[in-house]
Amino acid sequence: MSWVSKTLNSTLGRKVLMALTGLFLILFLVVHLAGNLQLLIPDGGEAFNKYAATMANNPFIKVVSIGNFAFILLHVIYSIILSRHNKKSRPVGYSITKASSNSTWASRNMGILGTLLLIFILVHLKGFYYEVKFGSIPMTSYEGVEFKDVFAIVSAAYSNVLYVAFYVLSMGFLAFHLSHGFASAFQTLGLNHVKYSPLIRKVGLVFSILIPALFALIPLVMFFQN
Amino acid sequence: MNLTLKIWRQKNNTDKGGFKEYKITDISEDMSFLEMLDVLNEQLSTKGEDPVHFDHDCREGICGMCSLYINGNPHGPQQTTTCQLHMRSFKDGDTISIEPWRAKAFPVLKDLVVDRSSFDRIIQAGGYVSVNTGGVPDANEIPIPKSIADLAMDAAQCIGCGACVAACKNASAMLFTSAKISQLALLPQGQVERKIRAENMVAQMDAEGFGACTNTGACEAECPKGISITNIARMNREYFSAVLSSDTV
Ligand code: HEM
Ligand code: FES
Repeated sequence: MSWVSKTLNSTLGRKVLMALTGLFLILFLVVHLAGNLQLLIPDGGEAFNKYAATMANNPFIKVVSIGNFAFILLHVIYSIILSRHNKKSRPVGYSITKASSNSTWASRNMGILGTLLLIFILVHLKGFYYEVKFGSIPMTSYEGVEFKDVFAIVSAAYSNVLYVAFYVLSMGFLAFHLSHGFASAFQTLGLNHVKYSPLIRKVGLVFSILIPALFALIPLVMFFQN
Repeated sequence: MNLTLKIWRQKNNTDKGGFKEYKITDISEDMSFLEMLDVLNEQLSTKGEDPVHFDHDCREGICGMCSLYINGNPHGPQQTTTCQLHMRSFKDGDTISIEPWRAKAFPVLKDLVVDRSSFDRIIQAGGYVSVNTGGVPDANEIPIPKSIADLAMDAAQCIGCGACVAACKNASAMLFTSAKISQLALLPQGQVERKIRAENMVAQMDAEGFGACTNTGACEAECPKGISITNIARMNREYFSAVLSSDTV
């Protein structure tokens, strides 16, 4: 084995891949949210549809989107590899554990939370990404230029109470995943420092509440407006 | 105090093992947990039964031999070693469950005794200074600031008891290994072998079958010596700067 593959296959190397891909996904969430918030502009979806078209045609965004898929895939693959390895490290378990006395629930259930997020991501991709890219969707025009009416698809989905409930619940899972993941990624990268770590933990907490809350707000508002 | 003990009994490494219940009476709350087990063992011996095997040595909280997973926590309800845990931490009539450390890298030898030589092999992989550092130097001759020496001493407090592994949901040995890497990485004597030490000790830790770290912090919360997980962050830095810059290909 070369030193590169040896490093990436070590427990530390695998964790660094988790942390780097996780941090990328965190960055992606911010950009994604900025786009989604345009759904709330009361213009019948014009700003959002124009934005969606710009994103779909921009070559830089195309590269980033391929990267994003690759990173989600890597994050998931390594979460499976790590979880299996960790399970094998304790073949016989304890009859009683008081884990809540020494660690948070989210930190012990990253795998379950991640799996729930994966289900959400797949449903989400099927409903929006796949439909917009390959499905037949209604067109609309602004100033004589044709645009895909992505807003109509989103708005239809968000009038379904089950979909909205699923969305809001999933954002709850995201909040818990991030409540541990955000700060954890920095620790994994070795960035633990008396000056910065308290700040990272605070920013992580605010981020893990604010971002999922704003994501969840959009379908809720659109549902009640409909 | 009168207590019910649920103790893991296992004849040997291949035996399946199981819990056995014992009633014990007239325990003083000033006894240490191990003394309470001594009383039980005396009674078992008198009856001609096999006494409960458990590890212990110094009984003053410095050797790390005493293990025992008590009522769901390593070393029981206090953040201390089992030998320093006293019966006043329990109530009359309590049922106390006692299990061995559970990890693939800590196989059970008998009852509550586990084989922790995997820790020794991690140390053998590089947890020492092999260059000749000469005789005992004058206290002020080695240029090392007090604040750094303190950090090294904090890491060196690790007694290798294995509570970190026992507490971790992944049975990870990162707190132990990182403390042993840190105590030398921080000091001038450790510089010569700094890179190869980090690489080899991490490789050995993985080879022993310990889990990876999820940063739950359970290890730090249970460590009787209060070793901080900042050491794990330091190990991650040491390891990656070592693999990126060392001559090992
Ligand atoms: C928007 C989506 C996601 C984001 C932003 C995200 C972010 C993160 C971050 C920052 C970490 C911390 C890494 C570390 O401790 O160093 C993490 C850990 C983890 N993630 Fe995700 N994640 C996402 C989706 C997923 C999915 C879909 C899965 C699995 C199916 C998953 C499974 C895990 C697991 C198991 C861990 C803990 C790994 C460990 O330390 O043992 N995540 N995630
Ligand atoms: S017997 Fe030595 S630390 Fe407990």
